[in-house]
Amino acid sequence: MVEFLSFRDGDAAQEPAVTVEAFTGQSNSTAVRIEAGEDARELLPHLDRLSLVEVNFPAFGDGRGYSAARILREAGYAGELRAVGDVLVDQIVAMRRCGFDSFHPAKPLDDEAVERALTRYADVYQKSVDGRAPIWAKRHPENIDG
Amino acid sequence: MYRYDSYDQSMVDARVEEFRDQVQRRLTGALTEDQFKPLRLMNGLYLQLHAYMLRIAIPYGTLSARQMRKLGEIAQKYDRGYGHFTTRQNLQYNWIKLADAPDILAELATIEMHAIQTSGNCIRNISSDQYAGVSADEVADPRPWAELLRQWSSFHPEFTYLPRKFKIAVIASDEDRAAMRLHDIGLKLVERHGAIGAEVYAGGGMGRTPMVAPLIRDFVPEDEIISYLEACLRVYNRYGRRDNKYKARIKILVHELGVEEYQRQVEEEFAHMRTLGLNPPVEELDRIRAFFAPPAYESDLTQDIDRSDPAFALWVDRQVATHKAAGYAIVNISLKPLSGIPGDASAEQIELVASLAEQYSLDEIRVTHAQNLVLPHVKKADLYAIWQKLDEAGLAEANLDLITDIIACPGLDYCALANARSIPLAQKIAQRFADAERQAELGELKLKISGCINACGHHHAGHIGILGVDRKGVENFQLLLGGSGADDASLGQITGPGFSEDGVIDAIEKVTDIYLAQREGDERFLDTYRRIGMKPFKEAIYG
Amino acid sequence: MKILTGNDLVSGDVIWWAGDGWSRQVGDSIDVGQTGDDLARTEEAALRVVGAYVIDATITDEGVRPAHIKDRIRALGPTVRPDLTLKPNDADAGNWVI
Repeated sequence: MVEFLSFRDGDAAQEPAVTVEAFTGQSNSTAVRIEAGEDARELLPHLDRLSLVEVNFPAFGDGRGYSAARILREAGYAGELRAVGDVLVDQIVAMRRCGFDSFHPAKPLDDEAVERALTRYADVYQKSVDGRAPIWAKRHPENIDG
Repeated sequence: MYRYDSYDQSMVDARVEEFRDQVQRRLTGALTEDQFKPLRLMNGLYLQLHAYMLRIAIPYGTLSARQMRKLGEIAQKYDRGYGHFTTRQNLQYNWIKLADAPDILAELATIEMHAIQTSGNCIRNISSDQYAGVSADEVADPRPWAELLRQWSSFHPEFTYLPRKFKIAVIASDEDRAAMRLHDIGLKLVERHGAIGAEVYAGGGMGRTPMVAPLIRDFVPEDEIISYLEACLRVYNRYGRRDNKYKARIKILVHELGVEEYQRQVEEEFAHMRTLGLNPPVEELDRIRAFFAPPAYESDLTQDIDRSDPAFALWVDRQVATHKAAGYAIVNISLKPLSGIPGDASAEQIELVASLAEQYSLDEIRVTHAQNLVLPHVKKADLYAIWQKLDEAGLAEANLDLITDIIACPGLDYCALANARSIPLAQKIAQRFADAERQAELGELKLKISGCINACGHHHAGHIGILGVDRKGVENFQLLLGGSGADDASLGQITGPGFSEDGVIDAIEKVTDIYLAQREGDERFLDTYRRIGMKPFKEAIYG
Repeated sequence: MKILTGNDLVSGDVIWWAGDGWSRQVGDSIDVGQTGDDLARTEEAALRVVGAYVIDATITDEGVRPAHIKDRIRALGPTVRPDLTLKPNDADAGNWVI
């Protein structure tokens, strides 16, 4: 079983994450935790001083964190983006696609199940923030630049 | 028709293996039911009253003969010899064994079908006009758009755990045959300055708070539709209510924010989204469009129909619609025989329709939201032969859009959520109004029955709607009048206190009597209701 | 009386707790008294049942009768398809659920 999963090079950020309110209120912190329902865009003016954003999933069915993650990546955030809380193995692939690159689930994950999930689908239908070429781009390589 | 390429096939095949793995984990106890439930729902597998129920996606209601045949074979092999066509143009099997579900999905994958996202809080199967591609009044075939959206919405990374389910319809003509404005998002293709794009409606739906979707954008060009929908969905995913599942649909968000504020937020998000390169190139839509190119219709076909058999002539007048190509016709096959179960078809009937499609309809079948089937490309010269075969199989009922063409959800006979039985009521109403002349006299009269407030039977959108409720453990039925799911969309109003099963049928009879007494000219029931209002009907019912 | 029902995990069949195991016949149900919830948890954990729940029922001349119409339909089968119910040869079986 795995308690912490990272797809980043190097060590994971260790600094404890502070709340969005504490962070935006003049703190020197470089780590912040977004709760479901908080606006990830509040962090956008401060992305260059952040090294860790934790996004909490209070329940696996609460999908707001997927939008929060994509918003940060779309804005160019390159630091660690960590999914915490009720994160299940069957969700890892979608979370990776939304830009999460580390995971600290409330309940440990089965390593083999993670491996199977990550390799199950060879392709993706949508463009997202993970750099993967969607199926439509592969179908029309001549029309896609970059 | 669209055909999978190796990419589409590999996505569906991977899903089958993923689900096989999940079912295995459930059967060995590695997954609890709480953990397994959302996974099975994402593959359309419910636990219903009597057994597991599997809902198969029929994208935009279009099937090939080969696909249809396989649906019949699956009904025979894994179920109890029948299937149920739904108001979402899908097919449900009622008696599935958990251990068989992965094998069924594997069989479906061989005919380019699946059950992906037929349940769960995600973007569901895209619905469309059953006359797409063959009606003369469309600006374009809506199905290439629907297929583009099918692919975009499948396994969407951001929008798979929405506040609630999300239904999208695409149509392309002024006449709305798909209840477009009762969807979470409805797209109506229009032509502006020589270009095709979409009018976008958002926040419609039925359920316990029915709403007709307002227009939120009057034109989105075809090469930006994906980024526009991403914007609509992102606003909903972030701000749709998650504290109360009954207030979680997008209609509540649009209503609570107000249309203008929702529009403003979507436009702001869209301005951002359109910079991200999310839209497939136009060549991708063109690639899909090529699959839906009009078939090679024969020319110089006869326009005449031999009407010497009166029963056949009656059926032609009721069930056959105008096709855009000369010499061809659209055949509506009623799944509403008077003593039958609305939407049910036996394996043998499914097989018959498959072979008719092969022989007479260029291999194609459509499923309608009114739970009927369509053969879209039939030569007029073949109509009589088709009718004879349908008649032998009990499929030649001539009641399209009449009072016995009833939409009914499965109700308490099958559904764990239902409060009352819909099907026996539909059968009794059909028997009460069985007389063909009486039905014809009443004309277009859309009667829709739901067995609970979730409104799978579209009761809000019925000219006459019925809602089954539980009154102290006894089935009780509320009557609604004046709804429509068509281009004149409106929501039915409750007449007053509810009725017993027989009582509601008596009430319907009184209502139709008032209509016959009060109608002017060629008014439909709905038109008369709109003109004279609820009062005379109410007086007749409750007197 | 209180009786325990649910669906067979593998087949999905409606089943009733009969004291020493599960039965497809509601008539085999026993009064589970206050033990129903514990039994449900144990049996679910043993993968013999899914969605188990306790309901009220009475004993009548015709046997055990669930208090709510929904459970009576579960006990019989769909009233609109008598051929698929547990009493396919009894034309009046549907009246029992009302």
